[in-house]
Amino acid sequence: MTFEPADRVDQVPPSGIRRFFELAEEMDDIISLGVGEPDFTAPWAAREAAIASLERGRTSYTANRGKRELRERIARFEADKHELPYDPDEEILVTAGASEGLDLAFRALMNPGDAIAVVQPSYVSYVPDAIFAGAAVVDVPTRSEDEFKLTRDVLESSGAAEADALVYCYPNNPTGATMTGDELAEVAAFCREHDLVVFADEIYADLTYEHEHTSIATLPGMRERTIVFNGFSKAFAMTGFRLGYAMGPPEAIEAMNRIHQYTMLSAPTTAQYAAIEALDSCWEEVQEMTSQYDRRRKYVLSRFEDMGIDCFEAAGAFYAFPKCPWDDADEFAEALLQEEGVAVVPGSAFGEGGSGHLRVSYATGLPDLKEAMSRMESFLE
Amino acid sequence: MSSRREILDLLRENARYTTEDIARQTDFSVEEVAAAIEDFEEAGIVRGYQAVVDWGAVETEDERVRATVELNVALDRETNYGDIADRIAKFPEVTSLRLVSGDYDFDLEVEGDSMREVSHFISDKIAPIPEITQTVTHYIMESYKEQGMEFGDRDDDDRLSVSP
Ligand SMILES: Cc1ncc(COP(=O)(O)O)c(C=O)c1O
Repeated sequence: MTFEPADRVDQVPPSGIRRFFELAEEMDDIISLGVGEPDFTAPWAAREAAIASLERGRTSYTANRGKRELRERIARFEADKHELPYDPDEEILVTAGASEGLDLAFRALMNPGDAIAVVQPSYVSYVPDAIFAGAAVVDVPTRSEDEFKLTRDVLESSGAAEADALVYCYPNNPTGATMTGDELAEVAAFCREHDLVVFADEIYADLTYEHEHTSIATLPGMRERTIVFNGFSKAFAMTGFRLGYAMGPPEAIEAMNRIHQYTMLSAPTTAQYAAIEALDSCWEEVQEMTSQYDRRRKYVLSRFEDMGIDCFEAAGAFYAFPKCPWDDADEFAEALLQEEGVAVVPGSAFGEGGSGHLRVSYATGLPDLKEAMSRMESFLE
Repeated sequence: MSSRREILDLLRENARYTTEDIARQTDFSVEEVAAAIEDFEEAGIVRGYQAVVDWGAVETEDERVRATVELNVALDRETNYGDIADRIAKFPEVTSLRLVSGDYDFDLEVEGDSMREVSHFISDKIAPIPEITQTVTHYIMESYKEQGMEFGDRDDDDRLSVSP
């Protein structure tokens, strides 16, 4: 008897990011624009609240759904900032990162054989999560000529109408694309017509630079068919705390909690204390980080323009997604890493529609960003 | 749209940013940035550009001794705070001078090559000024943060070099 991975684990394709990570790890002194998390540390007030909670001995489990004080604050924050009123008792579940929430939603709400339309290129966990849930995947590749926005045209031509659910992230990882309320209205209409539920990963909601974020759940007839995922990893720079939340109709949250209560019990307690403080007092820091990202974004886009690299004006998250100057983006990224010590991630690592592009993260201080751009420039010459 | 204030913020963040660096990070052109900086300088909004030095990290013989001094003064009909400040600020040993609320009037920062030099300066030059009624000198023993910059160990970037 030996251990063999179960079939559904075997079905998950190897990660393109992983391969790149291994290449980069072998090299010293690289400048990495391949990082998918903030370069800022979590706000000190939040860190201190975590420390204080430990000093006071707050080391027990919390309620399955998360501390009520935290859920109340999340409810207030979401209502104020994103026009998303949710009931803290029945409609919010605190999770170990948005990642856990997504996994719970797929497993709790999809039956084997149900199909999830996955908008791509996208964050890497949706397809594996779907496979773990036994759901089929319908690839929905967005197009560079649409600046990687999700359009009705793309939904129709990919066969998403036959799916049971749609999952996407906007502002988008890896493209930095955002959707306005008007653009989302088209998507919402499609979902209502074809009776799709929506898993809206809005983890980058507060990192937008050209227009305010709109949640699809605020559009007519959408609240009842949408689960919204958010968390503290990105805007609050708290990735290592592993804290997120899901918001949706009571029956959906109840179903998700039924898995969560057995598999996680409750999200990390220390992190919950930090998150309470983050919501109470750290918004100014979020805004300061956001304006820093915006400056770097402008810097990177302007350098690309001068280098003749074709890149649309990515308006959210902390990524730019330029067209690769070579036909083969994987080869380019590898050569750039080996010759100039600059890491970027080839777009193909993020699924359909990403090939021929590069994900360039600007979650890096300006001095490094400047040096990386200059190296890229000399590499091209 | 960027405001000129943003140019100030960027210079405060790093005074060595070139006009080009600033232009790329904002919606201004290089020429607009250069013009704004010139205006700031002419209007006396930007008074200068200095490095933030951690003297604790400098070789011992080059060390600087710094002290903050609390000053109490007595005003009369002919003399106001500004007059007294003018006299004190002229000394090159004085690196900053502020009128403050609370138990004392002026908050003075003094710099010198040795403790002796700083003490002499206070007793010979500052204390004898007629309006000054009291001085309390505090030598700075260790500096942990100056002008928004922490002097502790720099936070290493411990992120994975490539992550989703
Ligand atoms: C779109 C997107 N969703 C979710 C996550 C994971 O978030 P969390 O740290 O809350 O699990 C990431 C992290 O990179 C992401 O980019």
